[in-house]
Amino acid sequence: MAQLRIVIIDDSGLRATVLEEGLREAGYDDIQLVPPRGAFVARLERIAPDVVLMDLGSPSRDTLEEMLVVSRALAKPIAMFVDQSDEDMIGAAIDAGVSAYVVDGLRKDRVKPILDLAIRRFNAFSRMQTELDEAKTALAERKTIDRAKAILMESRKLGEAEAYALLRSAAMNQGRRIADVAEALITASSLLGGAQ
Amino acid sequence: MTPINIAFLPLTDSAVLIAAKEKGFAADAGIDLKLVRSTSWATLRDRLVYGQVHAAHILAPLAIAVTLGLSQHPAALAAPFKLSINGNALTMSPAFAAALDPDLHRRIEDPVAAAHDFATAIGLHHRKPIVGIVHRFSSHALMLRYWLAFAGVDPDRDLSLRVLPPSLMVEAMRAGEIDGFIAGAPWASVAVAEGVGELAAVSARIWQRGVEKVLAFRKDWMEAEAGTVDKVLQGLSQAAIWCDATENQEELAELLSRPAYVGQPADVILPQLTGHLVARLGELPVTVPDAILFHREAAAFPWRSQALWIYSQFVRWKMIEPSAKAERLAADVFRSDVYRRALGNAGVPMPGASMKVEGALAAPTAVGSHRGALTLGPDRFFDGREFDPHHIADYLAHLSAR
Repeated sequence: MAQLRIVIIDDSGLRATVLEEGLREAGYDDIQLVPPRGAFVARLERIAPDVVLMDLGSPSRDTLEEMLVVSRALAKPIAMFVDQSDEDMIGAAIDAGVSAYVVDGLRKDRVKPILDLAIRRFNAFSRMQTELDEAKTALAERKTIDRAKAILMESRKLGEAEAYALLRSAAMNQGRRIADVAEALITASSLLGGAQ
Repeated sequence: MTPINIAFLPLTDSAVLIAAKEKGFAADAGIDLKLVRSTSWATLRDRLVYGQVHAAHILAPLAIAVTLGLSQHPAALAAPFKLSINGNALTMSPAFAAALDPDLHRRIEDPVAAAHDFATAIGLHHRKPIVGIVHRFSSHALMLRYWLAFAGVDPDRDLSLRVLPPSLMVEAMRAGEIDGFIAGAPWASVAVAEGVGELAAVSARIWQRGVEKVLAFRKDWMEAEAGTVDKVLQGLSQAAIWCDATENQEELAELLSRPAYVGQPADVILPQLTGHLVARLGELPVTVPDAILFHREAAAFPWRSQALWIYSQFVRWKMIEPSAKAERLAADVFRSDVYRRALGNAGVPMPGASMKVEGALAAPTAVGSHRGALTLGPDRFFDGREFDPHHIADYLAHLSAR
């Protein structure tokens, strides 16, 4: 059986790489990455893929679908992969942000593993993104709290532990997060011309 | 409160949904409305067809195309409420527009002359003009085709129509990838404000009351959840009244400008609402009083004849083979019966009929109404042709015999 030729259309280089790696590990070798910019439709026609995987959030999906309707270069029509017997899979694909287009006549059991893999990889990527965002926020908050502590230590002549305890009790009394109280303190201090 | 998810695209004509959420009209009707922003019609369609959302703000022709099985997976959709009338504009690059009437007021007000000028400009252009459209099954594309065919232009032969999402049109103009585009507000105003294009035509001057976006449900869900659907329509109807009121235009433009919605500055959104469109950077605006309608003249009422006009254009442009079955399916997408049921006691004027001859009114006309006085505005096509939904074959024969 001939290798399936897979094209990944994606704006985010990182996510596409994550997906490509996964497919290669699973034994698919004929993979090309195409960013959805400029004349990407013409490139796609030249590549003549069996399967196209695309980010559901890409604004260029309408451009791709138009090409699928009008292209004379493609030997076989490509349509969105829909296995009506598997509603769960469609839901999972949409949740994960994957859309897939498959050439007519390709057996479903050959396509399903690819889509399953794309769903898993897209999900893993978005988890990674969330964790990265959370880590960035946590880091930014720690810096804010450190600055607020420094202001308290200097202006109230406190030790580090005491300054932190003061912030924490202010936060608890006001029902706010420590980072928010620290932020307010820094703003107030800079308005009053205090230490930065 | 019943939770309802509705998918939308960032366009000015999503206003009724946004006002329903932000001004509390949905909540007043007992609906906990969640709006799901989408960046392509394909994704919005998939979310609706595969049940990830309950309803969607969708191009009227696309709702019909999905039902007829012309756009990927076929699914019976039902549109009991129109979200807008008019609102599109054709924007061309200054190089192309140099061959059009330099008097912008005359260019917009006289679409007959402008169509002929456009046909001439095609021949003068250094290449076959590439015009961006948002979707093959969009009201914009159908309007563009209708307008240019009048002047003897075959849009499939004399132009390259390229599908691009509205949000990428301005960038594509700047890069010289396209020579113009037709899209919904605010994208023409954005292109003009950035100096990459000028208006060549506005859709309100091609068909004075052109169907634009509709609220569509999956038919089976809509029929199973009648009580909830009625509440949604009641909330949206109140929101549409609010959107149409002159005194709310500035606040509406501000709501739409937020990043979660259209995400463009309020001052490029406002002109479509007030009907004062800047056609070329640095010039006085052109006044288009009916630039967009949400409520007045029973704008939200889904006339079945309007669905049939869209079907007639699908046949005209060979997007579908004519058949009695397809014609009936298309007409059935527009559910005036559900509109009547949901809003019968809502105090809004209710048309007496569900079909009419489209393009027959040259002046505001009082029409039969079950409740309250209803005056319909002029709804002529720019070429004066009337569409009788009972004689589609004759209508198409006349169009092709030109």
